[in-house]
Amino acid sequence: MAKLNLNRVPMPRQNPRVRGRNFNEVALGYSLQQAQEEASRCIQCPKRSCADGCPVEVEIPDFIKALRDGDMPEAVRILKSKNSLPGICGRVCPQEIQCESTCSLAKKGAPIAIGRLERFVADWERANKGSLDPPLVSEPSGKQVAVVGSGPAGLTAAADLAKLGHSVTIFEALHVAGGVLMYGIPEFRLPKEIVQAEVDYVASLGVKIELDSVVGKLVTIDELLNNGYRAVFLGTGAGLPMFLNVPGENLNGIYSANEFLTRVNLMKAYRFPEYDTPVKIGKRVAVVGGGNVAMDSARCALRLGAKEVYIVYRRSEAEMPARREEVENAREEGIQFKLLTNPKQFLGDEQNWVVGMECYEMELGEPDASGRRRPVVKPGSEFVINVDEVIVALGTTPNPLIAATTPGLESTKRGTVVADEATGKTKKDKVWAGGDIVTGAATVISAMGAGKAAAADIDRFLRG
Amino acid sequence: MYKILLRQDLVPNIHLFKVAAPAVAEKAQPGQFVVIRIDERGERIPLTIADWDRDEGSVTIVFMEVGTTTARLALLEAGDSIADFVGPLGVPTHIKKFGTVVCVAGGVGVAPISPIGRALKNAGNKIISILGARSKGLIFWEDRLRSFSDQLIVTTDDGTYGRKGVVTVPLKELLESGEKIDRVIAIGPSIMMKFCSKTTEPFGVKTIVSLNPIMVDGTGMCGCCRVSVGGVTKFACMDGPDFDGHQVDWELLFARQRIYLDEERRSLELWQCQCDAHS
Repeated sequence: MAKLNLNRVPMPRQNPRVRGRNFNEVALGYSLQQAQEEASRCIQCPKRSCADGCPVEVEIPDFIKALRDGDMPEAVRILKSKNSLPGICGRVCPQEIQCESTCSLAKKGAPIAIGRLERFVADWERANKGSLDPPLVSEPSGKQVAVVGSGPAGLTAAADLAKLGHSVTIFEALHVAGGVLMYGIPEFRLPKEIVQAEVDYVASLGVKIELDSVVGKLVTIDELLNNGYRAVFLGTGAGLPMFLNVPGENLNGIYSANEFLTRVNLMKAYRFPEYDTPVKIGKRVAVVGGGNVAMDSARCALRLGAKEVYIVYRRSEAEMPARREEVENAREEGIQFKLLTNPKQFLGDEQNWVVGMECYEMELGEPDASGRRRPVVKPGSEFVINVDEVIVALGTTPNPLIAATTPGLESTKRGTVVADEATGKTKKDKVWAGGDIVTGAATVISAMGAGKAAAADIDRFLRG
Repeated sequence: MYKILLRQDLVPNIHLFKVAAPAVAEKAQPGQFVVIRIDERGERIPLTIADWDRDEGSVTIVFMEVGTTTARLALLEAGDSIADFVGPLGVPTHIKKFGTVVCVAGGVGVAPISPIGRALKNAGNKIISILGARSKGLIFWEDRLRSFSDQLIVTTDDGTYGRKGVVTVPLKELLESGEKIDRVIAIGPSIMMKFCSKTTEPFGVKTIVSLNPIMVDGTGMCGCCRVSVGGVTKFACMDGPDFDGHQVDWELLFARQRIYLDEERRSLELWQCQCDAHS
């Protein structure tokens, strides 16, 4: 047996000083040679434990083997038979806590860089469009299904249902499909061209996409069910921003991360005035929060031209929910971390513009419900950080619109919709739900897994 | 794409578009708004719905040229299309029989107030309307307002038509006249809505205003349109746009409407410059 190679092929990346001033993708992607070298590290172990760690059940060892052997069309076929959005997943999945964490090599050294290989295969397909056979779609069932929301859960459910022969229509509130993949995750981490290509792939399966359609306003779930749709899948995510609810939060210059990122990514404010939507460019910007959205916001603010950008987080680095990789990227680019720090109030000038943020120093106490140590205020520790822009990235909750306009749909106190964990079936007849609308803000891949499971259950229902 | 079926220039800088949007027309209610985006480069702006025709499948919007987006919009003709036309958004105006309702329309506010006044009239209310504008040449839809009003008072700032002065003067006279006023609806520039609210407050007459903060998505996603009402932060797109004028923090609204003044100026200058270069 060949000697184990315990080191992964490094990912080429843009230099931090250069990339901190542009919106181009940070990670540049493997060459074919690099991808095959990394693929050949896979020992093709019989346990296939990596595949067990994948929420959408990609046959990981098989696509890696095809890639290693240079059979790219086969690698694409294997990957896309389970995952309709591989270019997205290869970039934003937290592989380190999923497939890569269960890789057999992980016990001895670096696990196979599964995410990077997935990205390579997806990018190869996009570059070699037309050289592949179209995906197999089952005989038409003649049954219509409505999917509400075109984020990762909705796109996955729609693609799977279309492949199973059902006639699927996606209703999307915004003017482009993709949900958080378009409005939330920045270009430098997930180029919009890649999201669009994967949305186009889903459409190529026969899925109709109705943009500008706010379900709950334009049409209700019951109206859809009364107008020919045999089942509805709700994948509307968690779109409602949370605020701190401290004094001064409505001052000018204080954004929710959703607003800031929507302006920058969806509306392309980084190209203002060529594009009409503006965004304020602060000199000293504080981002409140410690998740991926906080990192994305901080790195966008830097790229727009901020001189100093702070991540203000009430716990310590160990408790940060952001991916390690993104924290490291942010730090390399010069983002400063003000940890164990929590805003008490925002200070404004006479024109209502934010000029400062009064904070408490925090310390960690006993573990709370999340298992992380609870941050507690150090009495008398108040101090002021001078800032001219603040981005509040505390998380999001589901938009109440669907729940409020859909009788019979049960929701929790947190605003999430109650659905069966395995099938996504809600308490309402013919309605399924999955992704952030059920779990609260989580990951792209967990939403995709939920979309996949619901699609399978909807198919069983329609054929039953 | 949403086709413009009809364009009318109501006054030199205020235009009417009738837009083909059958699904929006089907659901539109008085007081609701749409978010539009002209094209790929455009921003999303909210416009209150001025009218709709379910048979024709059309929705009517009325807008004043104030910035780049509305100036660009004003270049479109019947037959052209708008990329996005999203709605109907916001909570419809509360319509029921209140008794006597005073509808105060300032400037372009006459457009959104028309379907509200009509619906209130149909609900059995007595309607007294006050229509205010800076000057005679800026008045439009007087006939439409008259069609559902039991009484109509017109004011102009410069006295070129109707009574000289601002809308709050006849509003105060009505409140003092002894006639029982059950509700006031005021729609127009924010400053006018503020002063209408200040005028009615001592009389304890419930006053509904339609707020117009800056919005992006219009569906509750961004929080750009947050306003403070009764000390509580609300999203105008989801919780409004109608609010109790006596509870609104007007200074906060004014301040937040000024966030992008510099950018708006820069954008408009650049755009006008490009227009000149092409003409």
